[in-house]
Amino acid sequence: MTLEITTIAPAELHAEMLRLKEERKMDYLRNLIGMDWGEEGLGVIYMLESSETGETANLKTLTADRENPCIPTVSDIWDIANIYEREVFDYFGIKFLNNPDMRRLFLREDWVGYPLRKDDKPEQENPLRMDDEPLADTTTEYFLREDGTLASRQHTIFAPEDYVVNVGPQHPSTHGVLHMRVKLDGETVRKIEPVLGYIHRGIEKISESLTYPQMLAMTDRLDYLSAMQNRHAMCMCIEKAMELEVTPRIQYIRTIMDELQRIASHLIYYACMTMDTGALTAFFYTFREREMLCKIFEDNFGGRLIMNYNTIGGVQYDILPDFARQVKEFCQALRKRFHEYQDIYTTNIIAQQRMIGVGTLSLDEVISRGVTGPSGRASGWHNDVRKRHPYALYDQVEFNEIIRTEGDTNARHWNRMDEILESLHIVEQLIDNIPEGEYQVKRKPIIKLPEGDFYQAVESSRGEFGVFIESKGDKSPYRVHFRSNGLPLVGAMDAACRDQKFADLIAIGASMDFVIPDIDR
Amino acid sequence: MFDFSIVTKWFHSLLTGVMPEWAAIGIECFIVLLFIILLYAILAIALIYGERKICAFFQCRIGPNRVGKWGLLQVFADVFKMLTKEIIKMRQSDRFLHDMAPYFMLLASFLTFACIPWNKGLAILDFNIGVFFFIAVSGIGIVGILLAGWSSRSKYPMIGAMRSGAQLVSYELSIGMTMLTVILLNGTMQFSEIVQQQADFGWNIIRGHVPAIIAFIIYLIAGNAECNRGPFDLPEAESELTAGYHTEYSGMHFGFFYLAEYLNLFICGAMAATIFLGGWAPIYFPGWEGFNHVMSLIPGFIWFFAKAFFVVFLLMWIRWTFPRLRIDQLLSLEWKYLMPISMLNILLMALVVCFGLTL
Repeated sequence: MTLEITTIAPAELHAEMLRLKEERKMDYLRNLIGMDWGEEGLGVIYMLESSETGETANLKTLTADRENPCIPTVSDIWDIANIYEREVFDYFGIKFLNNPDMRRLFLREDWVGYPLRKDDKPEQENPLRMDDEPLADTTTEYFLREDGTLASRQHTIFAPEDYVVNVGPQHPSTHGVLHMRVKLDGETVRKIEPVLGYIHRGIEKISESLTYPQMLAMTDRLDYLSAMQNRHAMCMCIEKAMELEVTPRIQYIRTIMDELQRIASHLIYYACMTMDTGALTAFFYTFREREMLCKIFEDNFGGRLIMNYNTIGGVQYDILPDFARQVKEFCQALRKRFHEYQDIYTTNIIAQQRMIGVGTLSLDEVISRGVTGPSGRASGWHNDVRKRHPYALYDQVEFNEIIRTEGDTNARHWNRMDEILESLHIVEQLIDNIPEGEYQVKRKPIIKLPEGDFYQAVESSRGEFGVFIESKGDKSPYRVHFRSNGLPLVGAMDAACRDQKFADLIAIGASMDFVIPDIDR
Repeated sequence: MFDFSIVTKWFHSLLTGVMPEWAAIGIECFIVLLFIILLYAILAIALIYGERKICAFFQCRIGPNRVGKWGLLQVFADVFKMLTKEIIKMRQSDRFLHDMAPYFMLLASFLTFACIPWNKGLAILDFNIGVFFFIAVSGIGIVGILLAGWSSRSKYPMIGAMRSGAQLVSYELSIGMTMLTVILLNGTMQFSEIVQQQADFGWNIIRGHVPAIIAFIIYLIAGNAECNRGPFDLPEAESELTAGYHTEYSGMHFGFFYLAEYLNLFICGAMAATIFLGGWAPIYFPGWEGFNHVMSLIPGFIWFFAKAFFVVFLLMWIRWTFPRLRIDQLLSLEWKYLMPISMLNILLMALVVCFGLTL
């Protein structure tokens, strides 16, 4: 079940990538994972997928030079590669040639070393710094001269005369510690530059020193509104590597919980959207229904936000005998009150004017920028992982993939509203038929994964969430990478908000629905 | 209807009997000052408490319920907390203007507050160009907001102040136009005279029928915008500009902005009651003698407060229902819709008055 990865030399990389994009329509860059293979060198794994045919391709490239590792950029082929390559540069120090923006992404600009390299000593070289974090207005591009030597040139991000407003890291509408530097021209947004890493905890690095069951605790803390789905992905990835089959009962419970989690997340989305556009009353409406859902979660396994529910080979606790009745009551109540959300907010003329035609992203843009989930589907991209790569019970239940083609804030908003109903539909199909059986499959107490690369994606509440594990056969993984669903959303903010009004920036940000801990990891 | 000027005249003659005229006027001024400050504070407390309870009611919540019975002392607790807070002095801000800005806000709301006719014969500032004076002094508040934004030397307050400059100046026009409509109907600019006419001939909103109702609706929209309240709360739009023009204020200086905002809300409601809903004039139905007699027994200031708070409730209802507009939508609403409509409305009112079509 390991991933098949083709190795390719850095010199041929760019041409091969261009060929894949042009000939095999590999227009979606799922992942760009930096790797440190020790003796063999530093490298990158690329995971590609075609949005038309669904074909996938995995490639890797590596360079043995640890002093000045250079790999050609693919950011001219896929827009999202720009931000991914910055992440790899930050963690591994790999310089992507001709990427116009080679800065650190998450760590401070004065950080010493590259923490995800196996030989890096971050504690020794980086004492606690008491001075302010520097924020440069320029960025570096590396390129090779004709004689083959490495050179660099500077690009300006913000000129001294630009009126730059800091939206965040302490701001009511960035839903966490996101920091966007916004260049304003009066009320009009001219450029957005996200500054990330305020809640960076180095989860990928920490995971390398944890055993597999310990790692599970990390996933809930990524995108806390998709805690169930994240952990589901991690458990499935480990089960896939162990070749462990789970019982139908576990599949049922996991699918239902995933969908309930999605409903809870979209309810919060609605609340945030209304609050950000100034309709505070509507905010409380969905929190009322979400409270019912939290009560169900709390009764069954004690968590309300951080669930800690899925385990490797099962779930932590069996569901209560009362669970089906509670869920059905919730479904009925939500269906009954669903029209209230539209009455007070969505159909309001002011809300309509704030949403329709605002922040439009085209189909090519969302694919190139890897904007998955309801936001990507609002531009007409069929990207639902539940349909593309079915897992759990999603190939057995009947549901529609909600697609709209307008690509504006209104489409993103309605996509989420419709997904609530679609999730209710899935839950109602399953809730009466939960089979009897084990809720936890017997497994060895110490888990060692076989050698290889494993990847599992799920459709989390706001896009494709993926877990990549490279194992060397130990109790701990050699490298863990999470495909964040929020990072591409933030990356697309600049394209969506340019030349819109400042108030639209807030509305577009809300409709993208990113969660910061998942971006920063 | 009881004429309160009997009391004031009696008091004046009582004082002039024992002291010279200037001393009597001095004491009267002092009493009026006490009265206005006390009423200002009481109304602010009532409005803040009322808004919190009403907003809780709209939002399926309970609202304040811990401090005192039904949370009645919550506002006092908040005010005392605010009084004990440090007034933060910021580097590089223009200290003089920064400290002065909240007082401009207070000044504007005190002066407009003084124009309100509370009862028959009970008005503090009442002269023949009252409406004109009211519009003029309400403009001082804009200076306060602009100064607050400018002197903070920070970007959010700056954007907030620029927005409010554009917004308040625009909507001031609509307020002026609707008041002109009423002046056309009543033929006077003196508030007490406007109310007296309504007591004699019926409320303006009924007497002026179609144009008066249009003017009333425009007044509500523009008044809401003048108060910086949702859906027109762009200058402070908390989800965009954190707190807009008063982001950098703390302690009681912030408290003054807060206080002035609530009092402006009341003044907006009180002015709507005065010029459209008959002020202190009770409800009269021609022919219902018994009913009319009972109504006239209720004191005028109760009528006035009931009407003012009714309008305030309407404004709160609007605030807690609608999402916020965007700045370009806000300005196009005023300049493309409200202003032309109110200009035509003045014409309509002029025709109605000219041909004697009033009810």
